Amino acid sequence: MTDAATKVTFELATPDRLWLSVEADMVVVPGREGDFGVLPGHAPLISSIRPGVIDVHQGDQISDRIFVADGFADVVNSRCTVLTGEAMHLSDVDRSAAEKRLKDAEQALAQAADDAKAHAESAVAVAEALVAALR
Amino acid sequence: MSGLKTLRIRINSVKSTQKITKAMKMVAASKLRKAEERAEAARPYAERMDAMLKEVANSMAGRGEGPKTLVGTGSDKTHLLVVTTSDRGLCGAFNAGIVRATKGRIGALQEDGKTVKLFCLGRKSLDALRRDHEDLIIDRETELDKGGFGFPKALDIAQRITNFFEEGAFDVCSILYNHFKSVISQEVRVHQLVPFAAPSEPETDGSKPAAEAIYEFEPDEAEILDELVPRNLAVQIYHSLLESLASEQAARMTAMDNATRNAGEMIDDLTLLYNRTRQAAITKELIEIVSGAEAL
Repeated sequence: MTDAATKVTFELATPDRLWLSVEADMVVVPGREGDFGVLPGHAPLISSIRPGVIDVHQGDQISDRIFVADGFADVVNSRCTVLTGEAMHLSDVDRSAAEKRLKDAEQALAQAADDAKAHAESAVAVAEALVAALR
Repeated sequence: MSGLKTLRIRINSVKSTQKITKAMKMVAASKLRKAEERAEAARPYAERMDAMLKEVANSMAGRGEGPKTLVGTGSDKTHLLVVTTSDRGLCGAFNAGIVRATKGRIGALQEDGKTVKLFCLGRKSLDALRRDHEDLIIDRETELDKGGFGFPKALDIAQRITNFFEEGAFDVCSILYNHFKSVISQEVRVHQLVPFAAPSEPETDGSKPAAEAIYEFEPDEAEILDELVPRNLAVQIYHSLLESLASEQAARMTAMDNATRNAGEMIDDLTLLYNRTRQAAITKELIEIVSGAEAL
């Protein structure tokens, strides 16, 4: 428990690969009911995730800022596992590309048939969160 | 002499066939490596999803509720079979095995008085099953590998299956696919998707190790499960499709390796025959000359 007690093992997995696996001091995850920080020894928790940014803290610094579209977080024994459908480094995202994505999503929503509406709405929510995160 | 010429033509044609099968084998080998890597890379997500689902389901257990796709409709009258094959042939018994297993299952289920419906993935299953069971096919999807197969496609298929389920089109859904055991051996597997058959551990009341954490859920178990279960369905389908794609390339590689070897044997036989025939012709000519000279 020497190492496990001081660091959080953070893993981010997308369906096609293990996206990121690092030891961190703190991870801030955008939970469905508000952001929560995971420190070593956090109580076991399973939460769904809203579109937003995961901050990985190393000491006083934020080492990674990762945008996730959806997913789930599983915290147990100083491990934090996040499963998401889409992840990207915030630094890799271009502002204009994000705004274009929002515009496209809104257009798709306007044209969507009734049964596809829910899907289009969530796409807009994801794009909105992405644009907001870049601001 | 005409016998010699036809032999030469045949040898050449077998040689060019061998070149093709050899090339196909090498293409399959490189695609196989890629497919294997992809299947490998997808494993962490599936494993963790499984663990999480088990955790949530455990916590929900005993309450007898949850999304319908997890607990089922309580009936098993209508079965949906998702049949996974390739789009292209020339891959040995890969597709034949799946089709045989599907037909066997359709027969068994119908004998039990159940209704069967089919969802065909891959052109080969469509071609093979259309002949006998055209009326059972309710949906299809081909060209899975085109433009790089990815998770969105699995998500789309999962969505369609969920829609069918919500319309009440079926009670039980299973997927048939080729499991990638090794490069030389693939195995037809049937995996039940709806209601989801989680590998359940035997109930050991009280004797469970205390180390098992008691989870908090945010928002709550039911809501997480509502999101988790459809996603899990897509992950299961994605996993099966990746297995199937890797198996397809492995099967094709083995089949083409065999074909190349057979062509080699055939070339050897034909070359031997060619040489013998040629020698026979030369000997015959010599005898003719010698006996002609003697007669003088």
